[in-house]
Amino acid sequence: MHMHPAKRVEIIIEAPMEARLSEALIKAGVTGFTVLPVLGGSGRSGHWTREGQVGRSGMVAVVCLIRPERVDNLLDAAFAVVERHIGVVCVTDAQVMRAERF
Amino acid sequence: MDIFATAAQNLTTPMILCFVLGLAAALARSDLSVPEAMAKAMSLYLLFAIGFKGGVSVAGHGFDAQLGLSLLAGVALSFALPLVAFGLLRVLTNLSALDAAAVSAHYGSISIVTFVTATTTLAQQGIASEGYMVAVAAAMEAPAIVSALWLAARSGAGRRMDARLWHEILLNGSIVLLVGSFLIGMITGQDGMARIDSFIVAPFQGVLCLFLLDMGLVAGRGLRGSRGVLGLGTLAFGVLMPVVGAGFGLAVGLVLGLSAGGAALMMVLCASASYIAVPAAMRVALPEANPALYLTLSLGVTFPFNLIIGIPAYVAIATAVTGAA
Repeated sequence: MHMHPAKRVEIIIEAPMEARLSEALIKAGVTGFTVLPVLGGSGRSGHWTREGQVGRSGMVAVVCLIRPERVDNLLDAAFAVVERHIGVVCVTDAQVMRAERF
Repeated sequence: MDIFATAAQNLTTPMILCFVLGLAAALARSDLSVPEAMAKAMSLYLLFAIGFKGGVSVAGHGFDAQLGLSLLAGVALSFALPLVAFGLLRVLTNLSALDAAAVSAHYGSISIVTFVTATTTLAQQGIASEGYMVAVAAAMEAPAIVSALWLAARSGAGRRMDARLWHEILLNGSIVLLVGSFLIGMITGQDGMARIDSFIVAPFQGVLCLFLLDMGLVAGRGLRGSRGVLGLGTLAFGVLMPVVGAGFGLAVGLVLGLSAGGAALMMVLCASASYIAVPAAMRVALPEANPALYLTLSLGVTFPFNLIIGIPAYVAIATAVTGAA
């Protein structure tokens, strides 16, 4: 099977910022991404879990597969939203089967 | 003596005991939990029921100047209480101006669960209250955020309120359902109540018990997970501020000439701290402020304090002061 190189961008962000991030990604021309709930974790702000959270508290993960040449544009758009917030942005190499979809 | 007797009696209601059970279970690391979707459904039910009953009550009594003045007073209190909270925090703690501003927003806004519990406590004791206090509760949710952002801006931090943030705050699900069901109750009146009272009256306290069990679990887990977050001064603030707020509420209730129940609810609204709408707004507007601090304070300290000690005391004091006992 022939595979094509892609970048996998994963952004862990506070739930109240999710809509703003999604909007910024769409504006930046990102055609597809997946939003996942986050159960808990640990980091610079200490240990936390989804239990003990109410309302729109907590974190979500926004995962996006994108062609390598478009990743800088995505990161600029994402960073403008998440810069001052708790969260993590990471980029890893990935391979996809259908390059035309990204 | 009566005040203490009434307060002590209220501690042994199923609602409070369910909350204590949840709190104890979480602190003891039990795996007891209420499914998230069920908790959400129960909160929708409670908001609908309390809003509808308030609307029906207003339909029965009609509009008067006191309703308008109470709404205005609620908004003014929500604007003003963060300033009081901010001053108290600066005296009692060494929090940064930014953290103090974020915390103060929570104390100007309200906790609708505390309000629902208070209305149920009043109903159990047969104390009447103004139905429109539900509308006052909705009106008090947002103004405090504006005051807190102003306080933060004075210290050179924070973000301006944009249209989107306004939209999210003013049209958050709780406010829409509360105000919406209030209007439905007002439009349909007693006839509407007769059609659905078997759904919103009889099961209400049972649902509230289960919901408070979940809130106890949430508060307990929040407390457990944030050891070391709160200093002695901050803890003292979490207990002192509701009392100060209740004092403001009582004074305004007396000036407005509210009934004993109405004055008690005004005290509860001023004493309670938000833990749903305001934290989300603070994460957007003041991201550098420490969320563990304000969530632990409002949900882990002030909410249990109001539920277990505050509400019985506020009801007893309002009853005694207005001479309704």
